[in-house]
Amino acid sequence: MRRILPGFPLTLGFSVVYLTLIVLIPFAALAAKAFSGSWLHLWAVVTSPRVVASYELSFGAALAASLINGLFGFITAWVLTRYRFPGRRILDGLVDLPFALPTAVAGIALTALYAPNGWVGALLAKIGITAAFNRLGIVLALVFIGFPFVVRTLQPVLVALSEEVEEAAALLGATRLQTFRRVIFPAALPALLTGIALSFGRAVGEYGSIVFISGNIPYKTEITPLLIVSKLEEYDYQGAAGIGLVMLLASLGILALINTVQWWNARRIHPAH
Amino acid sequence: MAGAIQDLTTVRQSTRPRRATEEGPLTRWTLTLLSAGFFTAFLLLPLGAVFAEGLRRGAGLYFRTFTDPATLDAIKLTLFTASIAVPANTLFGVAAAWAITRFEFRGKHFLSTLIDLPLWVSPVIAGLVYVLLFGSQGVLGPWLKAHHWRIIYATPGIVIATVFVTFPFVARGLIPLMQAQGSAEEEAALTLGARGWQVFLRVTLPKIKWGLLYGIILANARAMGEFGAVSVVSGHIRGLTNTVPLQIEILYNEYAFSAAFALASLLSLLALVTLGVKSYVEWRARQQLEQSQS
Repeated sequence: MRRILPGFPLTLGFSVVYLTLIVLIPFAALAAKAFSGSWLHLWAVVTSPRVVASYELSFGAALAASLINGLFGFITAWVLTRYRFPGRRILDGLVDLPFALPTAVAGIALTALYAPNGWVGALLAKIGITAAFNRLGIVLALVFIGFPFVVRTLQPVLVALSEEVEEAAALLGATRLQTFRRVIFPAALPALLTGIALSFGRAVGEYGSIVFISGNIPYKTEITPLLIVSKLEEYDYQGAAGIGLVMLLASLGILALINTVQWWNARRIHPAH
Repeated sequence: MAGAIQDLTTVRQSTRPRRATEEGPLTRWTLTLLSAGFFTAFLLLPLGAVFAEGLRRGAGLYFRTFTDPATLDAIKLTLFTASIAVPANTLFGVAAAWAITRFEFRGKHFLSTLIDLPLWVSPVIAGLVYVLLFGSQGVLGPWLKAHHWRIIYATPGIVIATVFVTFPFVARGLIPLMQAQGSAEEEAALTLGARGWQVFLRVTLPKIKWGLLYGIILANARAMGEFGAVSVVSGHIRGLTNTVPLQIEILYNEYAFSAAFALASLLSLLALVTLGVKSYVEWRARQQLEQSQS
């Protein structure tokens, strides 16, 4: 193909060199280090009971948090796109706070709030719920971190839904709930699933906000990224690389899942392609 | 007949029955309150807690936090790190967006997937890969040691880790914008005799400036606030390899809560300013896009 505009070798060359130095070589080092020693040792590290317990916690808590975000993210996206009330624009801007607020700040703020002597924690303690330094605290932090994903993927879809379709449903005698269940929800479902998956993917790898609120108790509140840090501090580079590789593969799986959802949705809308 | 219709419309206006595409007031109120409750518990209260805890022991102690030498060193290192990472990633973002949106080539899809990588990889893994490459037992460790170069547990490592976690933002901000704008104006400039750099500086740059600014703001917020990746490569050497988020962790773990939250309030202010500027820039970028499409 003939290229009219200038700058192709320069911009592509610069991008490729930059990404090779910053991404490809370091990630090759990760794979090289993971497989540098005996494979048996690598397998023993990534399947040791403490590490497996951390996978269960990281993935379980991330799943719980992303489902909570799916529910409240949907409600929030709905309220922000459909209703008009004072302060709506400010709330809309604040949705991105978890993107902008450093995770360490979020971590100590949520800990202060949900610790047994905190504003909310004290109320929860009265009814016998321990939030901070417990698994519940981890889920709360992950809900905070993942919240914007669901809202921001749903908002454009809810805006783009044509009003005529909803009017038609109403004219055909559907109640509002039926219209929601049979017309609106199916149209928003792919975006909702994408948002939940993005929120899940982010939550699995989250570190900064959790180290403060979790208490880091082995087998109980120790997340996988924290174990990588512990391995590095013990100079067990191969162990750290092995666990890192497992997490990286899991993230790749989540990414593939998101792409599948989007492909499925594209095919659903344009069946001819 | 006409009178009857007239009557109907007046009745309609006075009692305002809800439209068929709206929910009843009960549903509206329940949903709005649920959402507001969620906002309060998860977004507003934590933000409030930062400032309340920072000011709990009085304004004197609050401001004294910012005169502590270790804290000042942390602020300096954070500013230094951002001053390298953000311009470097701006350059990369513009180059990558130009290549991806203006040309067709093999591996384009792979390149744009690679640009998203830091957004879905754990920050701990981002730090880990550099320790495995440059650390004392890393792939290049012995060679670096022979030349007396330190990257891990030193400033270069912090800068590289920050560059990694922030490189998608400018490219991500520009690619959809430049794709939508197309390159007809650039081609027109070329036929009118403009040279490559002139086309970019006088035609493209004015068209993309708000999208560019948007990416730079997000990259900067992340660069100044990154914790996980920087924590792994820093070694936590006080006054030498501590950025502001790491200094917050140290103060917090030493039970210097007021100082930790005072410093955290500085980053929270940065986050709020970022959100404000972001909303404005987003609005301008949308205007620019609509202008170019009309």
